[in-house]
Amino acid sequence: MIWNEEFETLPREAVEALQLKRLKNLIERVYAVVPYYRKKMEEMGVKPSDIKCLEDIRKLPFTTKEDLRINYPFGLFAVPFERVVRIHASSGTTGKPTVVGYTKRDIETWAELMARTLTAGGVHQGDVVQNAYGYGLFTGGLGAHYGAEKVGAAVIPISGGNSKRQIMLMQDFGSTVLLCTPSYALNIADVMKEMNIPESSLKIRVGLFGAEPWSENMREEIEKRLNIKAMDIYGLSEVIGPGVASECIEEKRGLHIFEDNFIAEIINPITCEPLPHGEKGELVFTTLTKEAFPVIRYRTRDISVIIPEPCSCGRTFKRMQRITGRSDDMLIIRGVNVFPSQIEHVLMSIKGVEPHYQIVVDREGSLDMMEVQVEVSEGIFSDEVKVLQKLNKCISQELKDTLGVNCKVKLVEPKTIQRSEGKAKRVIDNRKI
Amino acid sequence: MKVEQISVFIENKSGRLAEVADILSKAGINIRTLSLADTTDFGILRLIVNDTEKATSILKQNNFTMKKTEVLAVEVPDKPGGLSLILNVMKEASINVEYMYAFVEKSGENAIMIFRFDEINKAINTLQKAGIGILKGEKVHSI
Repeated sequence: MIWNEEFETLPREAVEALQLKRLKNLIERVYAVVPYYRKKMEEMGVKPSDIKCLEDIRKLPFTTKEDLRINYPFGLFAVPFERVVRIHASSGTTGKPTVVGYTKRDIETWAELMARTLTAGGVHQGDVVQNAYGYGLFTGGLGAHYGAEKVGAAVIPISGGNSKRQIMLMQDFGSTVLLCTPSYALNIADVMKEMNIPESSLKIRVGLFGAEPWSENMREEIEKRLNIKAMDIYGLSEVIGPGVASECIEEKRGLHIFEDNFIAEIINPITCEPLPHGEKGELVFTTLTKEAFPVIRYRTRDISVIIPEPCSCGRTFKRMQRITGRSDDMLIIRGVNVFPSQIEHVLMSIKGVEPHYQIVVDREGSLDMMEVQVEVSEGIFSDEVKVLQKLNKCISQELKDTLGVNCKVKLVEPKTIQRSEGKAKRVIDNRKI
Repeated sequence: MKVEQISVFIENKSGRLAEVADILSKAGINIRTLSLADTTDFGILRLIVNDTEKATSILKQNNFTMKKTEVLAVEVPDKPGGLSLILNVMKEASINVEYMYAFVEKSGENAIMIFRFDEINKAINTLQKAGIGILKGEKVHSI
């Protein structure tokens, strides 16, 4: 099923003509209204009039998370602030989050993209959509919510967590669609097993899973254990949120990028050189229709491959392979993006704590667990247990407040965390996805 | 009056306590008494030794985090009610016991208990006024 036949099946030439027209408009607009983009373009000696064909996008500067940090919070907004109707935020690399804004039309665009995503997964009017993506600053919950309402489904805005209640509502409300992270879907399956609830007592038919990397093996496991179809969806708040690309239920092989709204490129993350289709590299997105917070060549740090071949579902949009990794040290813990630098920032703000720490990530059952090991220096050591326990609690609370995800803090002896030459090995990720 | 105690941070993993004992024994340090406060992840080992300076420096060389703290060695009548007598005296004076543990040796007819009070100087006065014996530091280290 296709939500928007007109756009999603445009002939390739028409897709590219539309992209070029929209790209030219975008560049003219940001050059005129966002001083930071203008300055970057001037530094590279490029003017809006230099954009004559789609390949000319390569003349434009990249945008990185660092650029967003420098412009915190609203420096890259491209409309007068009165036109902004929504603000979301995701993890930044320090204590400050990455902020994105939406106009009324952006919210409509986003709902359209999520309606396409849900329709590609077979969701339609009459479905009961259990939306277990987090509601709040995170784009997942509200993004999926608006799309599900747009297709005419009944949305249960349950948000994440509390698996027993999730299962109860799935049974009682007869939910037919589950939206959450793939690892949370497995967690729900685990809890159902513990409660001796057979998957046949649920009406869930399909799940749209995203916000963290997963694998074909995980897909098979979810499909088998919940007896559903499991679809991969992709998005990131800097680009719009969920609704950047999604699989079609016909093929489930690669995610169609909504190319009338975004231009995707793959680059070599080290040299920043564009790579031809079919080669693995870092995904870079330019937004073509966003008003409040457009991005030019935003480096996602996600590793993928672009598949240009046509798909049997009839969509003409190119596909991207499921994300296979990152070109930076970002971790995704239960769907929440976490940068080691954020953890360092929190630790450094606590008196007496030294910058010797290590992050150990594991998957217990299907849930990600993060442990932050902190060396106990003389500055923080006390001969009383309660003082150390209070310190431990204080560190984990501060981390939770900044990261938005629970983590365990373990106090360890000094010099026990491996010192390496040059860059310290901060992260040990034992998860097998 | 005050006794110097060494508190050492140790992770709760097997063999760690043995290592501390080993390091001290190789340096010829005699442990007079000790107590271990433990949680699931870590423990605090509290030691009174015959040579605090030497023990501190050898543990530091071995990368342990530690701290010297002052405690009192109090003579407790070795009979029913002995301990409660002392605790009641402290309670009257609103002095808190942070922790306490027993000493191996006896002092005459009395048992010896190590106390860590929140207000050590006030505790000394209070105990003395109540006629309760406190052992001198030098004596404790060399018992």
